[in-house]
Amino acid sequence: MTTVTSRPTTVELEKPPELEVLNMTKQFGSLVALDNVSLHLKPGTFHALLGENGAGKSTLVKCIMGFYMPTSGKVLIDKQTQTIASPRDAHKYGIGMVYQHFTSVPAMTVAENLVLSRYDSANVINWQREYEQLQTFMDTAPFQVPLDVPIAQLAAGQKQKLEILKQLYLKSKILILDEPTSVLTPGEADEVLGLIREEVTAGKLSVLMISHKFREVTAFVDEVTVLRKGKFAGHGFVKDLSVADMAEMMMGERREPNPVEKTIHPDPKAVLEIKEIHANKDNGIEAVCGVSLTVHSGEIVGIAGISGNGQRELVEVLAGQRVATSGQIVVSGSPYRATRAEMFKHKVFALPEEPLRNACVPHMTVAENMALRTFDRTPQSHGVLLILKAIRQMAQGLIQQFSVKTPSPETPISNLSGGNVQRAVLARELSAQHINLLIAANPCFGLDFAAVEFIHDQIVAARNQGVAVLLVSEDLDELLKLSDRIMVISGGEFVYESSIAEADFAAIGRSMAGH
Amino acid sequence: MVTHVWRRKLESACLPIAAVLASLVLFGIFCAVVGANPFEVYGSIWKAAFGRWTSFQNTLIRAAPLMLSALCTALPARLGLVIIGNEGALVVGGIGAVALGLGISTAPPLVVQIGMAIAAMVAGGLWIGAVGALRHYRAVNETISSLLLNYIAIALLNHLVGGPMRDPSSLNKPATYPIAAVNMLQSIPGTRVHWGLVYGLVACVIAYFLIQRTTFGFAARTAGGNIRAARIAGLPVGKLTVAICFLAGSCAGLAGMVEVAAVHGTANESLNAGYGYGGILVAFIARHNPLAAALVSVLVGGILASGGILQRTHGLPDATVLVFQGLVFLVVLYSESLYGKLPFFREKPAAMVAPPAPPPSPGQEPVVVS
Repeated sequence: MTTVTSRPTTVELEKPPELEVLNMTKQFGSLVALDNVSLHLKPGTFHALLGENGAGKSTLVKCIMGFYMPTSGKVLIDKQTQTIASPRDAHKYGIGMVYQHFTSVPAMTVAENLVLSRYDSANVINWQREYEQLQTFMDTAPFQVPLDVPIAQLAAGQKQKLEILKQLYLKSKILILDEPTSVLTPGEADEVLGLIREEVTAGKLSVLMISHKFREVTAFVDEVTVLRKGKFAGHGFVKDLSVADMAEMMMGERREPNPVEKTIHPDPKAVLEIKEIHANKDNGIEAVCGVSLTVHSGEIVGIAGISGNGQRELVEVLAGQRVATSGQIVVSGSPYRATRAEMFKHKVFALPEEPLRNACVPHMTVAENMALRTFDRTPQSHGVLLILKAIRQMAQGLIQQFSVKTPSPETPISNLSGGNVQRAVLARELSAQHINLLIAANPCFGLDFAAVEFIHDQIVAARNQGVAVLLVSEDLDELLKLSDRIMVISGGEFVYESSIAEADFAAIGRSMAGH
Repeated sequence: MVTHVWRRKLESACLPIAAVLASLVLFGIFCAVVGANPFEVYGSIWKAAFGRWTSFQNTLIRAAPLMLSALCTALPARLGLVIIGNEGALVVGGIGAVALGLGISTAPPLVVQIGMAIAAMVAGGLWIGAVGALRHYRAVNETISSLLLNYIAIALLNHLVGGPMRDPSSLNKPATYPIAAVNMLQSIPGTRVHWGLVYGLVACVIAYFLIQRTTFGFAARTAGGNIRAARIAGLPVGKLTVAICFLAGSCAGLAGMVEVAAVHGTANESLNAGYGYGGILVAFIARHNPLAAALVSVLVGGILASGGILQRTHGLPDATVLVFQGLVFLVVLYSESLYGKLPFFREKPAAMVAPPAPPPSPGQEPVVVS
């Protein structure tokens, strides 16, 4: 805080406003997403908003930003009640938000995106003058991004920096960050948050950050407000709180990580062998650069990595959604090209990420989607004829067994909530009598705690029955909990491998970052 | 439980009907502007299309090729493809039918007729099958390639009837040698309507059954609905694409055979009289449902049949019906954008739906049906 006192005049000029939220409630129909929550963001502080998925964090900041009209409650800026009806209003009061996902136009340059982001965009742009102004802005900014490079060529860390620079360029004094580090390596995250921290310490900014990561909270944050199930669950200064205290506020009670029960298989056989697979991204750039891997029966092999390092393309090759440019896949000793006959013969199943996009036909019914693997087998078909009754009966059984919440088996699957779509896909992929190989990619992304437990149990149960599981995930905790062996993919190659007992957390982190 | 299903069905019945009515109104305004009494025009269209048995037979004669050519758009639509090469497939089907019909003209009539049908289906099937193959293996836009193939087909027809296949006795309207009268498709007893109508009806029923009740149809609907899901299920997307396109093309090819072997007797330029484009219209009004396409074909056939009477009694050029047809097409396409927008047809939320989790971040909000 020494810099603050040494430069009092500038601080007075640039002091961020004080933001208070009083008794905010937001209802969606009968659902109370936010229940009487208050929050106080003091000028020049770094404030974290903690809570599990669905605790109401995003709803709260969206009410502040004017995306949602709160059902009741008010926002005070410098002790004055203000109505914020749109992000444009929020901008007027110096509040800007950085979203979890990038909001820049990939084909345009950094300079073009910055000019585009302005609310007062003119009809004619004097590029020479803009460039001069942007260059002056960049020179004084806490971090720099080259102005004339298209967004598509920036690394994830640089893109995230640009998102923050955009808000500084718009002269936002209160930054709301929605999980800003979810796409960054730990190193990049520390750099970006460290630089923002300096701005806050200098008194130029206030920050309200949504986060899940205690490591970042303890390193960079002054104050926390915790939400649980839409309600205020606690507030405090980071220096007074331990991680366990904060976790307790978030979860309600201390929760031991459930150890998973694993049985040991005496006679593991190689089920999946990947040999020197190469594959390209959609734009023709090589994403997977010659990876080799063997998964045995009764084993979960976890693949860790920051998204965008080739794991998606690798999964797509294995699932039959992408053609490898070279290399070979062998399943149970014979070459595998992901045809329907081979899938059936070798009992290969998949839990892809984003199931509605990857594994379902949105406008077809729940029953039809559940029959996707079996519609051409008895009893669901007789020769080329579909037996609709059998399809419906199987769906009814699976809906009950996997407690899928759906009005009826005839409802289009896109009408179901995300968790229930996931359950429907899980029901289809894990209900088969025999499974030899399961390929799962981020199977729990965006699900609540109970659903995650359920899916983890199902995967481990499959493993214990002798299924070979390849688990690709961006959630390191999930991998450490479930895997027998862990590999790290970076830049399309495996850069780390160890059994789970010998896994070195720090080494995994370094390999993920590509060091 | 049941209400939301019937609301969806009602919506897909009401919107196309409303669209046709709205285009009737627009057409009435058009008629008024060019100086005809809209209500008299409506009356004439009704009389010429459906009013009397004799005129209704005219409508049915026109409906037969429309049904077949509509399937050329409706079937690939289930795969998510927009194919508008109906005219071209119809023309090459007609050429194939004539070539075979002339080639084996001495065989028994039934053999010749079956042969002509098969030749037309193969020719049309290969024509649109090529579009499907280009689409799948070379990522060529199927709408554009099928449209351009129409021009190639018509040019091919003009070349053949003007050169290699020309009957020297056809002077001012070049045509091929005529098919022997015994080999022509006969009329259904007691009517002037030829057997092509039965071909059309049967094809529509088969197409419906194929899509809704067979494993092939299930696979095609899956691939059409989400190609990524189809790949994860190991479905052969490429083969499905080519197969569906072949079937679609063979339906339109059969329409060409019907026109040649039941109406014209030769292949000449009146083969590309617009049944192909009319078929696109039919498929869209029917929302790509083959059974609905059979009904809609009768309606559109009626509109086409009334061209002459507008010219005779109202002094309107006979292309006026094409204006009407175009208006119907535009309004139907517009109505496609209204599905799910009208509150009355909106599905009521089921009582037991669990509270959805609050949206995680902007742009990802789940659609809350309320």
